[in-house]
Amino acid sequence: MKRWLAVYAVAFFAFLHLPLITLAVFSFNSSRFTVWEHFSLAWYRAIFRDPQLLEGARNSVIIALAATAISTAIGTFCAYGLWKRGSRLLTGALYLSLVTPEIVTGVSLLALFQWTFRWLDWQLGLFTVILAHVAFSIAYVVIVISARLRTVSPTLEEAAMDLGATEWQAFLYVTLPALVPGIIAAALLALTVSFDDYVITSMVAGVDSQTLPMVIYAMARRGASPVINAISALITVFFGILIVVSEKVRAA
Amino acid sequence: MKLRFWFLLPAWLWLLALFAAPFAIVLAYSFLTRGVYGGIEQPWTLDSYTRLFDLLYLTILVRSFAMALAATGLCLVFAFPAALFISRAQRHRNLYLQLVMLPFWTSFLVRTYAWLFLLRDTGLINTALQAIGVIHAPLPLLYNDGAVLLGLVYGYLPFMVLPIYATLERLDPALVEAAGDLGARPLATLFRIVVPLSRPGIVAGAVLVFIPCLGAYLTPDLLGGGRTVLVGNLVQNQFTTARDWPFGSAVSILLMALVTLVVWVMLRRQGDSLV
Repeated sequence: MKRWLAVYAVAFFAFLHLPLITLAVFSFNSSRFTVWEHFSLAWYRAIFRDPQLLEGARNSVIIALAATAISTAIGTFCAYGLWKRGSRLLTGALYLSLVTPEIVTGVSLLALFQWTFRWLDWQLGLFTVILAHVAFSIAYVVIVISARLRTVSPTLEEAAMDLGATEWQAFLYVTLPALVPGIIAAALLALTVSFDDYVITSMVAGVDSQTLPMVIYAMARRGASPVINAISALITVFFGILIVVSEKVRAA
Repeated sequence: MKLRFWFLLPAWLWLLALFAAPFAIVLAYSFLTRGVYGGIEQPWTLDSYTRLFDLLYLTILVRSFAMALAATGLCLVFAFPAALFISRAQRHRNLYLQLVMLPFWTSFLVRTYAWLFLLRDTGLINTALQAIGVIHAPLPLLYNDGAVLLGLVYGYLPFMVLPIYATLERLDPALVEAAGDLGARPLATLFRIVVPLSRPGIVAGAVLVFIPCLGAYLTPDLLGGGRTVLVGNLVQNQFTTARDWPFGSAVSILLMALVTLVVWVMLRRQGDSLV
């Protein structure tokens, strides 16, 4: 049985990884068809000539950085507060937000934003996308940091306070330093889910806030294209670097 | 303890403004009427909910359920041997786990697009089959239910492997040895000892796969080419092209209710948390 299992494992990992590898290989093909001609960087050059892709990338970076900063801050404080004393209501809502189908999150946030437009003079744009991304990434941050907090002993803070530290000082100088690797891992996760999201973003984005996944999606709906292969390969390499960094940080 | 209040305040604001409020609005809309120009109007009514029982929409619901169940079943069949392999590996266990996790970290959109690239008429599979002369005209691999199912299985496979691996790793190897000593063949040991004992992992994995598959929107849209309408596409369509927000809201509420039910039943049975 052992041998069969090993053979199966090879097939399994091939199934998991070959599609992305083929995609990347053919992004270097000079032909637009899936027949190998010769090596070429033409499709990569095409990315930088496409104003929509460039604007999408710019928007995605702005949104991901802003949403990550906000949700990491809120999520870290939240995980710490829940670690001090739990709240079933808040924890339940966080879990529920995690299992809500993306499309439902998308339309309900759209309904909320449209509803506020009756009183507020604003419209769908970068800001609504950032709010939406904060809304769905907080739960990820709380889970990652809560896992880290389970390894922290509460007696350390008690000792600090016995020695005269205030609650705030105990947090800042005792617990927070122990959380730094967790916070970085959580921020990287938030960055990935934000940068990758299409479904929720497409519901709450305005005309001036098309993100990179939205541009890629619109292109892919029209059929496959080597330019999408090239940008896909770039995104995969970018995420790959992020994972290596986050693994290094977590191991530290 | 005053500090805890200030630390949790932003999270409570999130809960109210970005979680409870949108849900409340959708719940309210689901009981209202669609205006002539697609707006939301009085009177309050149950019409959107009774429309869910139209044969057209019942079919979509049943199809979504069947699709999610099929994807969950296939994920289980493919993931279990892989999890078993990793849990029994003497060396490189972390490397294998990272290989499973890697696609989870790469973009979901890119992974779905990869199949669009492979399955299309001029894609690698059709080109290769034509080149070696197995077929003469490209097979219609894309834009059908099979392509959607493949996309879902591919997308959520890691969610099934990891929880099963977690239970298999904690499994006492002495139990497997004992079964062998008592004369059980490897396959009998597998199905009568190992599989039953890894049930918590299987259930957790099944829920983690079933839930996103039930509400899937991206995969059926991209790989089904608009021909495979699942409940997620129905919601999106009502809020965009059809502009029937009350009905779209009713479908959303139904979907939320189903998802919550599945999670609740699982938590009851496991007496454990999801993550």
